[in-house]
Amino acid sequence: MDLCNCIDPPWSADDLLMKYQYISDFFIALAYFSIPLELIYFVKKSAVFPYRWVLVQFGAFIVLCGATHLINLWTFSMHSKTVAVVMTIAKVCTAVVSCATALMLVHIIPDLLSVKTRELFLKNKAAELDREMGIIRTQEETGRHVRMLTHEIRSTLDRHTILNTTLVELGRTLALEECALWMPTRTGLELQLSHVLCHQNHVPYTVTIKHPNVNQVFSTNRAIGIPPTSPIAMIRPRSGKIMTGDVVAVRVPLLHLSNFHMNDWPEPSKRQYALMVLMLPSDSARRWHLHELELVEVVADQVAVALSHAAILEESMRARDLLMEQNVALDLARQEAETAIRARNDFLAVMNHEMRTPMHAIIALSSLLQETDLTPEQRSMVETILKSSNLLATLMNDVLDLSRLEDGSLELNIRKFNLLAMFREVHNLVKPIASVKRLSVSMTLAPDLPQYAVGDDKRLMQIVLNVVGNAVKFSREGSILVTAQLERPEALRDSRVPDFYPVQGDFHFYLRVQVKDSGLGINPQDIPKLFNKFVQSDVMTTRNYGGTGLGLAICKRFVNLMEGHIWLESEGLGKGSTAIFIVKLGIPDPRNELDHQIAFPIQSNSNHTDFSGLKVLVTDDNGVNRMVTRGLLARLGCDVTVVSSGRECLQAISQAGQNFKVLFLDVCMPEMDGFAVAAHIQEMIPHQHERPLLVALTGSTDKATRENCFKVGMDDVLLKPVALEKMRSVLAKLLEHGSQCKSR
Amino acid sequence: MLNFAMDVLRLQQQHSQLTYSLFNEGFLDEQFTQLQQLQDESNPDFVSEVVALFFDDSDRLLENLGKALEKEPIDYKKLDAHVHQFKGSSSSVGAHRVKNACIAFRAYCDENDRAGCIQCLQHMKHEYYLVKSKLQELFHLEEEILSAGGTLPLIE
Repeated sequence: MDLCNCIDPPWSADDLLMKYQYISDFFIALAYFSIPLELIYFVKKSAVFPYRWVLVQFGAFIVLCGATHLINLWTFSMHSKTVAVVMTIAKVCTAVVSCATALMLVHIIPDLLSVKTRELFLKNKAAELDREMGIIRTQEETGRHVRMLTHEIRSTLDRHTILNTTLVELGRTLALEECALWMPTRTGLELQLSHVLCHQNHVPYTVTIKHPNVNQVFSTNRAIGIPPTSPIAMIRPRSGKIMTGDVVAVRVPLLHLSNFHMNDWPEPSKRQYALMVLMLPSDSARRWHLHELELVEVVADQVAVALSHAAILEESMRARDLLMEQNVALDLARQEAETAIRARNDFLAVMNHEMRTPMHAIIALSSLLQETDLTPEQRSMVETILKSSNLLATLMNDVLDLSRLEDGSLELNIRKFNLLAMFREVHNLVKPIASVKRLSVSMTLAPDLPQYAVGDDKRLMQIVLNVVGNAVKFSREGSILVTAQLERPEALRDSRVPDFYPVQGDFHFYLRVQVKDSGLGINPQDIPKLFNKFVQSDVMTTRNYGGTGLGLAICKRFVNLMEGHIWLESEGLGKGSTAIFIVKLGIPDPRNELDHQIAFPIQSNSNHTDFSGLKVLVTDDNGVNRMVTRGLLARLGCDVTVVSSGRECLQAISQAGQNFKVLFLDVCMPEMDGFAVAAHIQEMIPHQHERPLLVALTGSTDKATRENCFKVGMDDVLLKPVALEKMRSVLAKLLEHGSQCKSR
Repeated sequence: MLNFAMDVLRLQQQHSQLTYSLFNEGFLDEQFTQLQQLQDESNPDFVSEVVALFFDDSDRLLENLGKALEKEPIDYKKLDAHVHQFKGSSSSVGAHRVKNACIAFRAYCDENDRAGCIQCLQHMKHEYYLVKSKLQELFHLEEEILSAGGTLPLIE
C-alpha cells in the first residue's frame, strides 16, 4: 500500500455511525462556537461581570474545543498530513487551555459561590429589617396614640372630663367595643362603676374589692386578661348570650396629696386603685396584642397622673378659697379693731379734754381762792380740795398717758436740750420737799456728761422726778443719792440686764441714772411686779403713801421708748433700795444751733432783716419811751444811742466822725421839739445824701402833725407805740429808699 | 409723787391766770406783749426794767400832777404836758387803762375843768395803782417760778 497514514474507512454499515458522529461533531462545534459568542454578547450587555479575562480563557477553551471537533470533521475521510498536523496542534492547544482553565476554575468557583452566600445573607437581613420596621412602625403608632391620648387627657383638669376622654380615646384608638372604669367607693371596700363608654346605664353596679379577679388586677401594674364572665366585665345587662370579645383589665393608681410625705412612699396596701376594663368587639376575631396592652398600661399611668393633678388642683382651689375667706374675715376683724381703737382714741381725746377742763378750772379757782381771805378752817378745806384735785389731775394724766403709751400712739418729742440744766431743775424741785421730810438730796453729775443732749427732755425729767419722788416718798429719814453718768455699753452686758443689748455708736450715748435711798426697801420677790400697772408693794403702802401705782409703769414705758432699761435693786425690807435706769440720748450735731429751748418765738421776716450795726439815734424826753424804743431797735440789731433832748441830739450829730444813719425824733418835746431838730439838721447838712434819715415819733393820730412832719423834711412818721414788725418794715423801706436816693 | 412739781405747776397756773385776767380786763394791751417779745436771753430783764422805770416815772408824774392841781391858778398847759408824758409812758408800757385815763384827763384839761381834772386824777391814780400792784404780783410770781426751777410759760 501507499505511505498514507490515513485511515480509509469504507462506507459500510459503519457509515451510519460515521455519519452520526460527523453530524454530532458538526453541531458540537457549532454549539461550541456559539457559546462564547453568547457569553460575550451577554457579558457585554451586563456591566458587572468581574472576571473578563476568565471569560476570555473560557472562550478560548471553548473555541479550541469547537475547533477540534470541527477539524475532526475532516478526519472522517482521507485527509492529508496537514490536516493531521493542524488537528494535532489544535488538540494540543485545546489541552493546554483546558488544563489552564480547569486550574483557574479552582480559584474562581469558591468566589462565585461566596457571592451567592452573601446574596442569601443580605436577603435574610432585608427580611429581618422589614420585620423590625414593622415593629417600629407599630410602636410609633402606639406612641402617637398614647401622646394623643395623653394630650387629650391632660388638656383638662376636670376629673370627669379626664376619665371620659380616656375612655373615648381608648375606644377609638383600639377600636374597642366597650370600655369602663370602676372607682373605689368612699368606704374603700367596693368598686363602683363610674364611667362607661358606650352603654350608659344609671344603675350603679358594685363589685366587692375582695373578688379574686380584682385582686389579680390590682396586684400587678400590667394589663391582664380577665374572663368575660367576671363581674367586672359584666358591664351591660345580660340580654341573651352575647359572646363578648377578649377582655382586659388594668389598675389605675389613685394618688392623693396626703400620700406624698417626705421620703415616705405609702405602702402598697394603703394605695387605692381604680379599675379600667376594656373589651374588644365580639364579632371580630381579634386578640389583644402586646403593644396594645402596653398602650393600655401607659394610658392607665397617664390617667393616674392626670387625676392626681386634678386632685391637687381641687385641693389648691379649695385652699385658696379658704384663704380668701379667712382673708376677708381677717380684714373685717382688723377693720373692726381699727374702728374700736379709733373710737377709743376719740373717746380718750374727748374725755381728756372734757375731764381736764373742769379739773383745771377746779385747780385754778381753788388756788385763787387760797389767795383770798379765809378763815383757818376754810383755808384747810381749800387746801384739801386743792390737794385732792391735784391728785386727781395727776391720776387722769397718768391713765391717759399710759393708755397712749400702750397702744404705741405716744411719740417722744425729740429735741436738743440742756442735760445739766434739767438735772439742776430736778434738784431744785426735789430739794424743798425733801428738806421738809429732813431728807438730804445730793446730786452728782459725772464730769464727762455732755452739756447738751438730744431727746425728750420733758419725759426724761418725768422719769427722774418719778424715781426720785418714789425715793423721797418711801424714805422716812436718811439721804437720797442721785448720780448720773455716761454708761459704756460693755459695762452693761451683765446678768442683771439680760434682755438689754446696747449698741455703741457715734451719734448717741447712754445715760445711767442711779437713785439710792435709805428708806423702806423692797422685798426682792416683789421687784418684778412693781413695774406692773396699779401695783404697789402692798396694800398698806397704798394706804399710807397714796399714789396710783402707775408711776413706775409709765416710767418703764418711757424708758423703753428711749431704748433703755430700768430696774430696781434692794437688799430687803428696811435696807433701802436703788433705782437704776439707762436711756439712750442723742449727741447734738454741733452744726445745728437752732434747736435751743426758746422761750419766746421770733417772728421771722425774710427781707431786709439785716439791720445789724445800723447806727441810729433816738431822741425822746420820756424815759420809758426811750427805753422801749431802744429795746425795739436793739432787737432789730441796730446800734442804738439815746438822748433825751433835741439839744443833745444836735450835739451828737455835730460831733466829728458821727455816722448815724437814722434819727428817731419824738415830736413833742419841751424846749426843742422834733420839728425844730429836723429844721436844724436840714441847715447843718444841706446835702441829702450826707444827711441821716429822719423818722418822727408821735402819739397823735391827726393828719396835720403828719403833714407837718413831712413838710419839715422827715422821711417817715411813726405812731407811738411802735410794733416790732412796723419798725422793721419802716426801716427796710427807708433804707431801700435811702439807697435809691444815694445811688442817683 | 409729783407733788413738788405740782407746786411749780400751781405757780405757773397762777401766773397764767393773772396774765389772762390782766389782758382780759384791759389792764394791759398788745404793747405789753411787744415788750415781752423784746425780752430774750441777751436781754432777760427788759420788761421788769422798763416797768420799774415806768413806776418811778409815774410816781413822780402823779406827784407832780397832784401838786399842780393844788396850785392856784392851775397851769393847764403844764398839766397837759405832764399828762402827755404819762400817757406816753403808759402807752409805751401797755398800761391800757391808765392810758385811757390820761386821755380822759387831757379832755378835762382842754376844757380847763378843774373838778373834772381832780376826779380824773383820782381815777388815773386808781388805775395806776391797780395795774402797778398787779404787775408787781406778776413779777413776784415769775421770780418764784424761776427760783423753783420752773420755766416761764410761752407767750401766746
